[in-house]
Amino acid sequence: MRRVPGRCRAIAPPQIVCALLGLAFAMLPQTSFAAESAPVTSPRATVSLISDVDAVQPGSTFRIALRQKLAPHWHTYWKNPGDAGEPTRIALNLPMGASAGPIEWPGPERIEAGAAVSFGYRDEAVLPITVTVPNEVHAGGVFAVEADASWLVCAEQCIPESGSFDLRLPIAAAAQPADPEISAAFDAADARRPQPSPWVARLTTVGDGFSLILSGPGLSAETAREVAFFPDSWGPVDYAHPARLIARSDEIALALERGPTFDASQRVPGVVAITDGGGVTRWFTVAPRMNTAPAPSPATTVPLWEALVFAFVGGLILNLMPCVFPILAMKATAVARLSGGELREVRLSALLYTFGILTAFTALAALLLTLRAGGTAVGWGFQFQSPAFIAAMAWLLLVIGLNLSGVFDVRTPSLGTWNGGRGRAGSFFTGLLAVVVATPCTAPFMGVAIGAALVLPAILCITLFLAMGVGLAFPYALLAVFPGASRRLPRPGPWMLRLRQIMALPMYASVAWLIWVLTRQTGESGLIAGLAGCALIGAGAWLFGVAQRGPGRKSWAFGASAAALAASVVLLLTLRPVDEATQTEVTDTAGQSERYSAQRLDTLRAEGKPVFINMTADWCLSCLVNERIALSTDTVQRALKDRGVVYLKGDWTRADPEITRYLRAFGRDGVPFYALYPAGSGAPLVLPPVLTETAMLDAIAAIPRNN
Amino acid sequence: MPGYSISRRQTLILGGVALLGLGLPLPAFAAPQVGAPAPEFAMVDTKGTLRKLSDLRGKVVVLEWTNADCPFTIKHYKSANMQTLQKQATGEGVVWLSVISSAPGEQGYVDAAEANRLTVSRDAAPTAVLLDPDGKLGRLYGAVTTPHMFVVDAKGVLRYMGGIDSIASTNVADVEKAKPLFREAMQAVVTGRTVANPVTRPYGCSIKYAT
Repeated sequence: MRRVPGRCRAIAPPQIVCALLGLAFAMLPQTSFAAESAPVTSPRATVSLISDVDAVQPGSTFRIALRQKLAPHWHTYWKNPGDAGEPTRIALNLPMGASAGPIEWPGPERIEAGAAVSFGYRDEAVLPITVTVPNEVHAGGVFAVEADASWLVCAEQCIPESGSFDLRLPIAAAAQPADPEISAAFDAADARRPQPSPWVARLTTVGDGFSLILSGPGLSAETAREVAFFPDSWGPVDYAHPARLIARSDEIALALERGPTFDASQRVPGVVAITDGGGVTRWFTVAPRMNTAPAPSPATTVPLWEALVFAFVGGLILNLMPCVFPILAMKATAVARLSGGELREVRLSALLYTFGILTAFTALAALLLTLRAGGTAVGWGFQFQSPAFIAAMAWLLLVIGLNLSGVFDVRTPSLGTWNGGRGRAGSFFTGLLAVVVATPCTAPFMGVAIGAALVLPAILCITLFLAMGVGLAFPYALLAVFPGASRRLPRPGPWMLRLRQIMALPMYASVAWLIWVLTRQTGESGLIAGLAGCALIGAGAWLFGVAQRGPGRKSWAFGASAAALAASVVLLLTLRPVDEATQTEVTDTAGQSERYSAQRLDTLRAEGKPVFINMTADWCLSCLVNERIALSTDTVQRALKDRGVVYLKGDWTRADPEITRYLRAFGRDGVPFYALYPAGSGAPLVLPPVLTETAMLDAIAAIPRNN
Repeated sequence: MPGYSISRRQTLILGGVALLGLGLPLPAFAAPQVGAPAPEFAMVDTKGTLRKLSDLRGKVVVLEWTNADCPFTIKHYKSANMQTLQKQATGEGVVWLSVISSAPGEQGYVDAAEANRLTVSRDAAPTAVLLDPDGKLGRLYGAVTTPHMFVVDAKGVLRYMGGIDSIASTNVADVEKAKPLFREAMQAVVTGRTVANPVTRPYGCSIKYAT
């Protein structure tokens, strides 16, 4: 091994190149030329600056490299050093007009020292830099490269080292390649140089962590015996855990742990090292991002127009979903009212209703964006996880019901009639309210739209929400465009009053449902508070009606009803979610399902068991309907058992970040959500949010029978 | 084992919290969450005083992982950056606990007497020094490097974890140039403002934990 290979001193056994150079530059006795600088040595490392040419050519590029020959057990670091350490730094001083690129970091290896994991190099590190020689230099001159480098070299302990290097290369008409020993060092660095990955790289969430998936021809358990991922920077990945590798034909998956700054909307660029069955490692650059498409197809994201269509159709279907039925009631009365209206008023009213919906959707989008910016994991329907919101909604619907029943009237001249009734402002507020109540329902297409919205820039996110709002408002917008339609509606008459009174019943039913949800969230104290609020609201509404209709002496009645309202507001403040520990376990009475946890899912998947996931919430009526008609039936339960499918159920009634993360992984932000994982390691089948027994049985039948 | 004790009850509570902790598969080195209560501990410091996190409610608490022989730690003590921060912090009523998690026989391991001598010789000014030779406290907080900084607010909520500043080097000259991430975080917590960068990259030597 030559320490000073290119030096052409008289005593050195001259090679041919060396001799020629020596002859050519004999008139410069003070200058020694070399393709390797004098080394800086320590017991840990011998470091020098090398060049891949012995002589440089004007107007050409060549490479220099810092070469670190490391003593056994010692290592230096990659550009991302991992948990500890520091990358090598090189500052160059080049002749006028010359320029240098960045360090071309060779692929690193994983170096584990106790609990910490470092990314770096053992034995020998060669860190190349490409240098461009200007045209203006003249053959016969000297091209001097000076480098100040610092590096941290570590074994159990770390020692910062540094050195200055000086490489003087003759300028010749034709470049002279360096001697084979130096060239071999560059070749070794080139062999480790990360190449662009020829495969499709993407990320997908698995339980609490995520997986890096490479797919394409040539990948198999044999060609990818060992795989390691080196992210370019700190943050998205927790390195400390050895990654689990699953390789199959044409696809490999590497399970990773989330780091502190993991963000599903960001790419995670880095280098993948793949070691084949023969022990040869190759490195590839990748920049995968989270796959937001719900299907396991390689299609990465939904195109914008498609997301807009989904959002619109999702909004449209919201009109029909079971949990919107209180609003349908209000709409029905509104339609009845419009039938006698003038054309212009009909148009205006429909427009205002649309405007109300769009305002609410914009506000929701803005709120979602604010919370997203705050890093809070929130999902569609998140406001239904707040007990105070539930109670307030129950009371609001009770007030509307009492009003529809005729207990009191709303005659605010400035705001028009509130109950989805008369007046322009009324139309606007009906629109607002429609959105608030419709929120917990996720129509089939909406999940994708919101999933896309949450990873999109703010403007696009708002656009998507607006598309959804237009969908929800569409039946009414239709009235504005074709006012003739409203003329086909029944003529007004006494039936309208009766209808209005009947419409109070769904309101009361919704109140009952919301109180039940509240009880699930807050336990008995919440039940008492919720019902006491109802009693107060009832009394207040009655007093208000008395004050409106009775002759004189109104002020005490108004005062008392205001006091009742204030008292119920105070009750709101007492509402607290029950402690997780005291909460009843989410298990079916028949013991059909287990509680969902990412860990449980991971374990089951690792064992290759088929798993059925049901993400549900008490405030989601669609979920409850699905369970009743498609999931809890004996036939379906038997079929699940028959195929050995483990049934995991996640309860999202209260905010649960773990479930939110799971849903996000599928680009969804709402429940219901159903997924069926086949036996083995296959991708899950995402089932539609509106389930039928037949659809369920078909999906289960596709799973191979349990042996 | 000098100075480290977590009572059975606290262990139970911690275990319960860890299990409940959203049912996450908590790995041994899972870092605590910023915005969540900081993990409770009770340890006797190098001068024999019990330091219990829950007794320190009402005060901002800083945890500094240190190793006197680590070049990254040396950078911040040689530049007097760390001592200045300690004096500034304790001057504002902050409780500053320096923690040494090096295992016996590993770099940075010291006994109580040596730790106290180091405090004097380095002109350091922490409120107290905690010895954690079995690495329990370090692992509880997911401390990875020396230095690794944590700030707990007066309500016991973790507000910052990460690096002391933005330039991961051993070069003393970089202290001036770096963005003082930890100092900004500590000042924000002391004045009740939101920490702009609550989780940053810790850099330094790996902590020489007992294996």
